[in-house]
Amino acid sequence: MTHAPSLSPTSPAPASATGFFRRFRSTPAEPASAKRVQFSSPFLPYLFLAPQMAIIFIFFYCPSVQAIRSSFYLEDPFGFGSSFVGLANYTDVLKSTEYLGIARFTAVFTALVTFFSLSIGLLLAVKADGVIRGNAAYKTLLIWVYAIAPPVAGLMGMMMFDQHIGPLVKFAGLFGWEMKVGLNYNDTAFAMIVVSVWKQIPYNFIFFLSGLQGIPVSVREAALMDCRSGFRRFRTVILPLLAPTAFFLLIINTTYALFDTFGVIDVMVKDKAANNPITLVYKVYMDGFRGNDLGGSSAQSVILMIIVFVLTIFQFRFIERRVHYN
Amino acid sequence: MYRTKFFDHLILLSGVFIMVGPLLVALMTSSHEAADIHRNGLSILPGGHFIETYETVLTREGGFTGKITGLRMMMNSLILGLGFAAGKILLSMLAAYALVYFRFRFATVTFWMIFTTLLLPLEVRILPSYEVMNSLHLTNTYTGLIVPLLASATGTFYFRQFFKSIPDELLEAARIDGAGPFKFFVDVIVPLSKTMMAAIFIIMFVYGWNQYLWPTLMTTDEGFFTLVRGIKQILLVWVGSNIPDYNEAFALAILAMLPPVMIVMIFQRWFIKGLTESDK
Repeated sequence: MTHAPSLSPTSPAPASATGFFRRFRSTPAEPASAKRVQFSSPFLPYLFLAPQMAIIFIFFYCPSVQAIRSSFYLEDPFGFGSSFVGLANYTDVLKSTEYLGIARFTAVFTALVTFFSLSIGLLLAVKADGVIRGNAAYKTLLIWVYAIAPPVAGLMGMMMFDQHIGPLVKFAGLFGWEMKVGLNYNDTAFAMIVVSVWKQIPYNFIFFLSGLQGIPVSVREAALMDCRSGFRRFRTVILPLLAPTAFFLLIINTTYALFDTFGVIDVMVKDKAANNPITLVYKVYMDGFRGNDLGGSSAQSVILMIIVFVLTIFQFRFIERRVHYN
Repeated sequence: MYRTKFFDHLILLSGVFIMVGPLLVALMTSSHEAADIHRNGLSILPGGHFIETYETVLTREGGFTGKITGLRMMMNSLILGLGFAAGKILLSMLAAYALVYFRFRFATVTFWMIFTTLLLPLEVRILPSYEVMNSLHLTNTYTGLIVPLLASATGTFYFRQFFKSIPDELLEAARIDGAGPFKFFVDVIVPLSKTMMAAIFIIMFVYGWNQYLWPTLMTTDEGFFTLVRGIKQILLVWVGSNIPDYNEAFALAILAMLPPVMIVMIFQRWFIKGLTESDK
């Protein structure tokens, strides 16, 4: 707008002036969040929505429906059509000991990555919030790693855990632990968890710190007067106030560990998944692109879809609640 | 009192050591010669071959076809990052504008159709997505690299939330002045959204630059490789040879992380604001 808006009561009513767009007030049935005033046009909103909807339709709905459809079919490996097999792909997947093993590893991996990245992020945020000197410098240095891609983080991990030059392998050697990342199942799993946690700490740090800084000074001062023990103050006053942030991060970290760690895992197992730990997403990729098992891979995709779906619903319901009480 | 502060700083410094240490080591080690690294291990002191290594990595033609250079991969990463961020902002601003400022018949249905895309990440539908791209002949194109990544509504929700916080009076005033939907969008909404656009641009650029799985599937032609996509190729070479080119691997890793890290550092305030205020 180039000139100051005029709100004087003598201004002409805009609706008839433009004629094309009709102005109206929303009915009480409308959600409170909607704008009181809106444009009305028979085709403009569709025009604005068209690019987004087209892309969503072609690259989201088509593939998703396709994944669900092919999970009920058995594809001929030589490309001669496919036949309907009902739930056979699902029962095959869920009965396979290999799949169940991978599912177990994924659960352990997700739990450990989430736990450690959350607690280290929280610890650093609480300390950074507490110190005055160097506060900004700590903050800047601690969030760098957020910007690093998971496979690059994996590469850094391979460097730190390298058989010849890795300092962490040498360090573990001091305690008599002969670490063989890439060869030994448990050692590889350990390295994967360390790298995935390292990559995720800054994200949790940022959110916990902004959560801490959102706590009013008056609350802190009141707590300080009531309670001398710093730890007890933290546990009874600060932690409950951080609970919404922590819960939000719990869901985000779970999806991170399930999906975004693909790059870390792919770099660290280097296509030799045979004796190495992998997660469910990596298995979908292996079966679909390396093993050409379209039906099995699709069934696994759908299982993952259900897991994410439940997680996300959980998250949104929770966020709705938080908006209410804030 | 002093003791607690001392321990606080100790914990923070160990945190910084763990987070930044590996990056520093990678940077320093990349300036040594491969044989040197093989013999003496990683280094925290700079070596004398910094410019040499980076020049080689950026300009030497390598890969299976012998045509791809580090510079080309960097260009591709840049195209992916910028294209993704710009596309995301354009699409989501338009869609959010329609959702917030218009009353139309299928508003609720549209909202839920967009909302649903938040439920399923690309990772769970990679195979069928790949087949769609294949049938559209979009593999090994920039379109195929960028456009499917746009099929998630995160940006739309950020902007929707932001538009809803803009006072209604602005629209009323604009209407009184006779502004139509286009004029209102260009003259009021876009200028008001500048900070929001910057914050989302930064987050989306970093996200696009760091993409790995999708570029891995979409590009088999090395001319379209991004730096992050090329990481695995680097490692495969690393594993195969007698004295691995550690220095070049580290140099490429540094190049792959440099732009996003710089952006996060320089625009830290916007970045944190965008992240914490829009993800809710």
